[in-house]
Amino acid sequence: MISVGKTKQYANVLDKLLSRGRQEVSLSAFAFLFSEVVQYNQTQVDNIADLERRLEDAGYAVGARVLELLCHREKGNRRETQLLGILSFIHSTVWKVLFGKVADSLEKGTEHEDEYMISEKELLVNRFISVPKDMGAFNCGAFVAGIVRGVLDNAGFPAVVTAHFVPIEGQQRPRTTILIKFAEELLNSKGIYN
Amino acid sequence: MPPLTTPKSGDALFASVERVQNAELFTLTYGAIVRQLLTDLEEVEEVNKQLDQMGYNIGTRLVDEFLAKSNVSNCADFKETADTIAKLGFKMFLGVTATVTNWDAEGTTCSFVLEDNPLVDFVELPDTCQGLQYCNVLSGVIRGALEMVSMKTEVTWVRDMLRGDDAYEMRVKLTKQVPEEYPYKDDD
Repeated sequence: MISVGKTKQYANVLDKLLSRGRQEVSLSAFAFLFSEVVQYNQTQVDNIADLERRLEDAGYAVGARVLELLCHREKGNRRETQLLGILSFIHSTVWKVLFGKVADSLEKGTEHEDEYMISEKELLVNRFISVPKDMGAFNCGAFVAGIVRGVLDNAGFPAVVTAHFVPIEGQQRPRTTILIKFAEELLNSKGIYN
Repeated sequence: MPPLTTPKSGDALFASVERVQNAELFTLTYGAIVRQLLTDLEEVEEVNKQLDQMGYNIGTRLVDEFLAKSNVSNCADFKETADTIAKLGFKMFLGVTATVTNWDAEGTTCSFVLEDNPLVDFVELPDTCQGLQYCNVLSGVIRGALEMVSMKTEVTWVRDMLRGDDAYEMRVKLTKQVPEEYPYKDDD
């Protein structure tokens, strides 16, 4: 057989069967990797806001791919077009695939029509992280906020997504709330809220 | 003196550690960092170096967890070390096993062959990144982890499925065995 040049021999990634997502790795493998991601990004910035922004960017890239993958695998190639639909898709399907469980809660903001919150008592990425005092409100949840933004944005729902610590009474560790604030044009367009 | 407890099998070990439900979060996160590095550093060579350094950092920390959970005590020789990494190490952290082959006559160089590699799902190297050693983090991990148990190694990739080979093959060369220092200093 004649070889056709090394670079052309591999199967195109789109020709491969979509994996069914059953493979598992140890939590430590992920934790070690994530810690390197944070440490590397720390060397690239000189303030907390930039660090969060960079983590968010990394998460965004994950979110964009997760949306595509899950729409194919879990939803028979259909994408959500309703706001509540996509929110519950994130809260249940995305969370379940990425973190092994449905998110603890999904709430609508009481003060603003355009705000939603996804809360998690112990977010996976914050589990092994303790934020030093001098880093203030820094939250590794920015990575997950980025994932959420990536999913929303690519599904056609642009939003600003941020991660916050919310102390809970009687608990040593605060929970993490992912705050989703949808872009104004969504608010004005009719029919998207229902 | 025989070891107090026998090492667990790879499967038992993997079953005993807490797992991420789905390797995809791991895969995609790794992809995100590689992309960030490519944007930041621009040069593929620099990215390879940085990935190796990250792997090294991980390896130096990961070995502690491995020793604590696997019940492995001192390995008699490099052969046993390689087997332990292939059968237990890879399984415990990545859920896959590697095969050890291609020993040289001195028993100081061998190859780890991986058929499954959780790092590379969904990955395709574009033409501009042909020089990228996508899995360099793995070789860094091996190097870092072995250095912590007094073995200096050089790890290179000889086969890579992303470049059209039929498997992933890492060549590990033991360059120096550092004698352990005595007395041990535990508390400084």
